[in-house]
Amino acid sequence: MAQHQVNYLKDGGLPVALTTIDKVVNWGRSNSIWALTYGLACCGIEMMASGASRYDFDRFGTIFRASPRQAELMVVAGTLTKKHAEFIRRLYDQMTEPKWVISMGSCANTGGMFNTYATVQGVDRVIPVDLYLPGCAPRPETLQYAVMMLQQKIRKESASRAQKPKRLM
Amino acid sequence: MRAYTPKDDVQKKSYYTDRFWVAPQVAKSEVSDDAVFAADLAAIKAKFDVLDAYIQVEQMVVVINANDNYSVLEFLKNECEYTQLSEMSAIDWLATEGKFEIFYQMLSMAKRKRVRIKCKIDEKEAIQSVEKLFRSADWSEREMYDMFGVVVNNHPFMKRILMPEDWEGFPLRKTYPLQGDEFAAWYEVDKIFGKEAREIIGPENRDPARIDRYDTQRFSRLGHEVPFGTDISQGEPDTPLVYQEKEGVFMVEKFDAEKSVVISDRQR
Repeated sequence: MAQHQVNYLKDGGLPVALTTIDKVVNWGRSNSIWALTYGLACCGIEMMASGASRYDFDRFGTIFRASPRQAELMVVAGTLTKKHAEFIRRLYDQMTEPKWVISMGSCANTGGMFNTYATVQGVDRVIPVDLYLPGCAPRPETLQYAVMMLQQKIRKESASRAQKPKRLM
Repeated sequence: MRAYTPKDDVQKKSYYTDRFWVAPQVAKSEVSDDAVFAADLAAIKAKFDVLDAYIQVEQMVVVINANDNYSVLEFLKNECEYTQLSEMSAIDWLATEGKFEIFYQMLSMAKRKRVRIKCKIDEKEAIQSVEKLFRSADWSEREMYDMFGVVVNNHPFMKRILMPEDWEGFPLRKTYPLQGDEFAAWYEVDKIFGKEAREIIGPENRDPARIDRYDTQRFSRLGHEVPFGTDISQGEPDTPLVYQEKEGVFMVEKFDAEKSVVISDRQR
């Protein structure tokens, strides 16, 4: 019995890891990004495909939530109209800190081809954006890459303090 | 032979002048060509004033007085078997005539025919609702009001349908700019941040095509890339394009046919 006991000190199998609070917290945050469902147009279809079985967002820990109070990531997928602008701001304000925003696709980035009276020319005019994802529409692989980039960004941030105020464009 | 004219500024002028431009017209024909339409038109003419009538693309177009629109559509629905209103809206002729043209596209499934009823109203004039006859007119008339500002009388819920209710202006009028007027440009800012935010943001930032030459946070200049946020008001260094192939890529060698070994025996 005793001869099978693992000698942790000797074999390098010490079950203790030394790290910082930042790294632990950010490890947790970056691997459990719960996203708010925000499909506004055709990019929303690609976002749904990313969440479904073939591309499987769950393995990143990204689970879509239908409530802003349970979400920390807003993937703005599609054209933002001026009529809708106040609602997106309200939902963004309802999300709990810390929160991040991915602007998905050309329409969300800059208004895209809709340079008209009814379209907001980029969601960064209404809410601060962390990551711009180009494409029309971006494929699910691209959205996965964006989430991975966002994970890298989260890991670089300091976990102990409140988020720095972000700049509106 | 045509006299020579200098072609230096040909790009500045428009190619097509009024002299050669002929607006394409859809061919019209007499109503009497079609027996079914002729009978329908005779029935309408017996009861109402008809200003004009013709056949265009196998559809009869009947121009009536705007006051008769409800009774003509009621007559067509009940007496002439045109049981569906497939489409209706307005056309902006304010610039040329100072009037709106309202059209009603009718479909008869029994006769397999389509008829278009047209009438003209002034800018401030209201038109009678046909929602009591055709439920499809409910949203169409709201859209017509939303986009053109044509008020419809006796409509059960006369409000904007697409644009927000506090919107100013009617977007499908020919005088409305495509990129919106000043109200449209600031709409979401006024709504979310308040009107005082207009001064903080600045009107120059409303232009989506604006480029700030010295802003390295939002813009980068190809061939002159600098780190994020660098001050380049004193000028920026060139970053010439370097292709990977020129200096070679790590661990990757260019294929050289001379040095390569060709295997002649495929079974080896």
